[in-house]
Amino acid sequence: MVRVAVVRFPGSNCDEDALRAAARAGADAYYVWHREADLRGADVALLPGGFSYGDYLRSGAIARFSPVMQAVQRHAAAGGPVLGICNGFQILCEAHLLPGALMRNANLSFLSKPVDCVVERADTPFTHAYAAGARVRLPIAHGEGRYVATDDVLRELEAEGRVVLRYLPAGTPGAEGNPNGSLRDIAGVMNAAGNVVGIMPHPERAADPVTGSTDGAGFFTSLAAWARTAGAGSRA
Amino acid sequence: MNFRVHVRVMPRSGLLDPQGQAVGHALQALGFHETRTVRVGRAIDLDVTADSRDQAEARARQMCDKLLANPVTEDYLLEVEED
Repeated sequence: MVRVAVVRFPGSNCDEDALRAAARAGADAYYVWHREADLRGADVALLPGGFSYGDYLRSGAIARFSPVMQAVQRHAAAGGPVLGICNGFQILCEAHLLPGALMRNANLSFLSKPVDCVVERADTPFTHAYAAGARVRLPIAHGEGRYVATDDVLRELEAEGRVVLRYLPAGTPGAEGNPNGSLRDIAGVMNAAGNVVGIMPHPERAADPVTGSTDGAGFFTSLAAWARTAGAGSRA
Repeated sequence: MNFRVHVRVMPRSGLLDPQGQAVGHALQALGFHETRTVRVGRAIDLDVTADSRDQAEARARQMCDKLLANPVTEDYLLEVEED
């Protein structure tokens, strides 16, 4: 069974949802506290949403220096899959595991609502259960989700096809458009190797029919099935 | 020797600063029409011990590069004074 380490920081608050979604997809999911120095044989590391360290200084800036992040760095360097959701995405950017940064939403509001996205890369450890171009409606819940990067980095991301998830742009029928002012409507990106992915929307909140949608379940069935076939040898 | 380091972290120019814009609009609404642009950043004061002013500044610069500022989105300025 695929072992999924759900990393808990002080202030994480989507950890239980993430753990349940991973378990529901058939993974052996367990918590790893931020003080721990290893991921206990994880196939997949999952950094959940929340407000680690109260978002002090900048979102994710302090969590980056937690002991567990060294284990996440080693896991990522060995090719192990890492998924950061919301605050987890912010932490991955602060840790330089992903390029760019997430800034205050353009309209300054904390946004908590479903948004329409398109899965642009359906060949990552976290999205292969989707068809490329699949349209999904996922909840967002963030005050700082506006993705920014230098022009060079943006060009590189586009040229290499590393935008994993994109908000459906304004004008798309039935969609409200980019909610937070993210450059190029970016909702999620991956690293060059394709094993580290960060997304602002919360698929774990749309992974069980009881919450009204299962559009996000594919992220968890993906990671469970991917690691089962390709994960051997990537244990940290 | 003791020093106080004043660190000023500002959003990089060219990047949208919605906080600054909102404060600018509020100042306009209050009648401060002479305000052209407003940018909002963060001030951090550090009390440090160092052998010299240069050392205090060099260490503070490392702190900024490592933690206090995000090089993707922010610039910083340092001012060191003897305590």
